[in-house]
Amino acid sequence: MRLLAHELRNQQRLFWRSRESAVFTFAMPLALLGLLGAVYGDREIDGVDGASYLLAGMLGYGIVATAFAGLAIHLVIRRESGVLKRVRGTPLPAAAYLAAVILSTLLVIALQTGAQLLIGRFAIGADLSVAGGGFAVAVLLGTLSFAALGLALTAAVRSGEGSSAVVTAVYLPMVFVSGAFFSVERLPGFLEAIAGVLPLTYLLEFLRGSLVDGEGIGSAWTPIGVLLLWAALGIAVALRTFRWEPRSA
Amino acid sequence: MSAIEVRGLRRSYGQREVLHGLDFDVEPGEVFALLGPNGAGKTTTVEILEGYRERDGGRVTVLGEDPGVAGTGFRARIGIVLQSSAVYPSLTVSETLELFAGYYPRPRDPGEVVRLVGLEEERDARVRILSGGQLRRLDLGLALVGDPELLFLDEPTTGFDPAARRRAWDTILGLRELGKTVLLTTHYMEEAQRLADRLAILRDGRLVATGTPQELLSANGTVEIRFRRGGEDVVLRTDEPTRVLHELTREALAAGDELDELEVRRPTLEDVYLELTREEGT
Repeated sequence: MRLLAHELRNQQRLFWRSRESAVFTFAMPLALLGLLGAVYGDREIDGVDGASYLLAGMLGYGIVATAFAGLAIHLVIRRESGVLKRVRGTPLPAAAYLAAVILSTLLVIALQTGAQLLIGRFAIGADLSVAGGGFAVAVLLGTLSFAALGLALTAAVRSGEGSSAVVTAVYLPMVFVSGAFFSVERLPGFLEAIAGVLPLTYLLEFLRGSLVDGEGIGSAWTPIGVLLLWAALGIAVALRTFRWEPRSA
Repeated sequence: MSAIEVRGLRRSYGQREVLHGLDFDVEPGEVFALLGPNGAGKTTTVEILEGYRERDGGRVTVLGEDPGVAGTGFRARIGIVLQSSAVYPSLTVSETLELFAGYYPRPRDPGEVVRLVGLEEERDARVRILSGGQLRRLDLGLALVGDPELLFLDEPTTGFDPAARRRAWDTILGLRELGKTVLLTTHYMEEAQRLADRLAILRDGRLVATGTPQELLSANGTVEIRFRRGGEDVVLRTDEPTRVLHELTREALAAGDELDELEVRRPTLEDVYLELTREEGT
């Protein structure tokens, strides 16, 4: 526990010292919410007010950007530069290191969620009906599933320089297709079929249900099941493929 | 009990066997150098002993444990300088040392380690702005901060300028004073000669010599007699330099010749090393 707390403090310090993470993964979704909310907040999207629709969308986008993209990019850079190998040579258990990385991500997302809710409620006037328990489970489960998938993704990226490009190519299309920015009912058939299996689609459904319609866990078994399946897949792949040593060496 | 015991160590990468059955021991408190040209298998050997790499055959005991299965307790007792590695560029030197100190059950004071590796001036500098030599010293500091019994230093001074190399040597000699066991790899003979109590020479995955520098010299200590005759260099190697030289000079005197550029020398350790690691047919 002492080691975990020690490493968690370090991971937090590293996150906030990195301009890329502080600006692009933390501030960007907040800025987008304010911006898009100002433009589309008054319209109705998919039967709910635009501000609420966008708030749920940007919460999902923030979770993917931080827990999936940011986590994968940072771990690939650390692996390729040799930081992970160096850490692996100390008595810090591998599980404690990864747990600290994930907990640190969760902390960032908790802060971001708070900020998003404030902007959504007071800046762009989202009309919310929150089911607190369901919403908390949605954020937690979404973060853990995408963190597991982010760990799995690191094995597919070979170089530190390329990590940002590869990871963005995976997650940005998903963000659009799953409907974080606009309604997916206007998608062509094949894209809608893809959207029908993507984890973000279900996370957004879960977030909207618990945030806008006041639905508890009881009416969210489908998204919970799908997110758990993706999490299990991510963990299974990560356990087999996660590496501590540079691939390019 | 030896600090390190290696028997019949084998390792292959795919079809290519890179270690063909190594045997050596490192005693507690000694500085042991593993010497050899690039590609001889030094890093592979060290990384097996550190627990990074698996072996394909043989028995390896490090501080009484098998590094292939040893856990965090084992890693708390060793310190590692890898041939190439990195730390977080956004942390300062002090922060990095404090971070790593926190991983160990009984660390040294990070402030003391900063002084030991000569980074007082850079204490508050971010790691990203350090020079290559300063990074290497930080690396050594990180290996020391857990106060390990055994240190692995994989080419600790490669890329150093002569002054930095001498400073690093002083630090490593200081480790011996502290009673630490050190296994270092190097391709500089001078470094091994300066630092090592005993050394082993590795060539193509085989140990071709093991012993103290003195033992290696006397085992391979043939004397060389060189001179020029008729415009050609002549080199004679002999274990009886007195007799050979006497006969040579007697003949020359009798014939009224001068032995141009006559030289008698004992080989240095460098010569022994080059001789032992010379590729077949060259």
